[in-house]
Amino acid sequence: MGKRNKIYLLIYGAIIFTLPALLRNNYHLMVLNVAALNIVIIIGLNLLMGYAGQISLGHAAFFGLGAYLSAIFTTTYGLPIWPTMLLVLIITAMVAYAIGIPTLKLEGHYLVMATLGFNVIIYIIMIQLDTVTGGPSGFAGIPRLRIGGFVFDSDRKIYYLLWTVSSGVLLLSLNLIHSRVGRAMAALSHNETAACCTGIDTQAYKVKIFVISATLASLAGSLYAHYITFISPGSFSIFFSIQVVTMVIVGGIGSLWGGAFGAILLTILPEFLHAVREYNVLAYGLILMVVLIFFPQGLFPGITQVLKKREPLILEKGN
Amino acid sequence: MTLSLQIFQFLLSGLTTGSTYALIAIGFSLIHNATGIVNFAQGEFVMLGGMFMITFHSFFKLPMLPSFFLTISCVAAVGLLLERGPIRQSRSKEILILVMITIGASISIKGLSMILWGKNPMTLPPFSGETPFVILGAAIMPQSIWIFGITISVVFALNSFFKGTLTGKAMRAVAASRRSAVLTGIPVNRMILLSFTLSGALGAVAGIILTPITTTSYDVGVMLGLKGFSAAILGGYGSMPGAIVGGLLLGVSESLAAGLISSEYKDALAFLALLAVLFFKPSGILGRGRVRRV
Repeated sequence: MGKRNKIYLLIYGAIIFTLPALLRNNYHLMVLNVAALNIVIIIGLNLLMGYAGQISLGHAAFFGLGAYLSAIFTTTYGLPIWPTMLLVLIITAMVAYAIGIPTLKLEGHYLVMATLGFNVIIYIIMIQLDTVTGGPSGFAGIPRLRIGGFVFDSDRKIYYLLWTVSSGVLLLSLNLIHSRVGRAMAALSHNETAACCTGIDTQAYKVKIFVISATLASLAGSLYAHYITFISPGSFSIFFSIQVVTMVIVGGIGSLWGGAFGAILLTILPEFLHAVREYNVLAYGLILMVVLIFFPQGLFPGITQVLKKREPLILEKGN
Repeated sequence: MTLSLQIFQFLLSGLTTGSTYALIAIGFSLIHNATGIVNFAQGEFVMLGGMFMITFHSFFKLPMLPSFFLTISCVAAVGLLLERGPIRQSRSKEILILVMITIGASISIKGLSMILWGKNPMTLPPFSGETPFVILGAAIMPQSIWIFGITISVVFALNSFFKGTLTGKAMRAVAASRRSAVLTGIPVNRMILLSFTLSGALGAVAGIILTPITTTSYDVGVMLGLKGFSAAILGGYGSMPGAIVGGLLLGVSESLAAGLISSEYKDALAFLALLAVLFFKPSGILGRGRVRRV
């Protein structure tokens, strides 16, 4: 995955795992934990937007599907946590496959509306099916994660788990985009027709990327449910789907490091803007528009390009 | 009430909402034909139509007719500004980026409306009373008559505009082939601007006529946009007769599903219809098979 990425990853890991020692406030740790989960979602979404050239406005639904299915299976039916999480991942992957097959076959942006519609439906079901989901008041009493006898019952304990998962996903994705599959994806994102001509099954790749990205969102959802132990439909509305898309765009479409940067920035930033909660929606809309208009490459690549010369493309690196 | 009478009643209310879906769907098609992008702010135009009408008519106490035209001009101006500002200024002309800019615009309009008009649902009185007419045993609200009448006149006006005027023909030329349109000397940029303005005006009309029967609030845009888009896909994306057929069909099936099956999940139907069409006949009911599979 390139020498530079290995160095970045070492620095990244070093910062992440020394940070809790410096932070005394549990609230700060909680914000960072949420950022770790957002990074997991953003990596998947970034693969979809950067490599398949498609937008999903339904990632909050996949996130919610993970959270609610894990919550219902473990709390209502008493199934064990970790196997359930795996089962939930498989279910979400199948749902994403069912949506992706018809929509990704077509030219244009049908996936955006299909996923947006899917998000609306899932949200309606979460609220209406109150005997199973708890309705608008939410679902409480979800069991905490545990490994053997060790229970992750504080923000500090779960910090290491969530960031390990999040960094693991980042590592795997960096490997993925520097593999044969990744080069096929890069070709697809540059010119679909040309990619098709060189024998890359572009449609199959697009569906695969969509399924992977939905599955990652579901993983984040399951972890979120077992971490916070209470979930309500409000966290899984279309607005969250738009927030994660904004994080990808601010970080830079197709840049995994940029995406992580965007996720951390936009998770921490609203915490400073508590006083202007009313303007939250407007602020997200404006950030999204301004960055897209002036920095279509994303803020993070924009900054690094200013600092050094143009970063070589993945295709050119090709190791 | 017998079942057949009930079904007739649902049919009438379905056609009423379906007419507004048709107007929203035409708005989607206009911008798509001119630029190839899906305009996510279309639903917000509808929301703004209702909001401006309430402001002019209920707050400023202007009579119905001036408020109607003022509202249409205001929302058309929003459409114009959306094209002149974000879409025209965008550094990247990639479809993906432009589509996302309209998503950003949609969120911004929603956020701004929440600050301007608050979070509470608002109502608009019906245009002419609330005494229902009885036709063949089914009750029909005067507002429904207004909705049918206005939708039909808008469709006829649009039709004669596209078939009978030079500007209308130029817009059709741009939709058919942008490159050839440029070569024949048609000011393509101005046509794109016009398509955004027209879409804004159409959204405003849909919002004004729909609000008396449904109420409105800052967040209704997303759902209405999604319904209009589903209607456009259902009938055949980019085609005007398709948009009308799709809108009416969606309105009727939604109303039947809500009346006969479950009203809680009626919004789910639009999405299911969308997926079904994409799966089996992506060019839509009246589509000319222009959707290319890749």
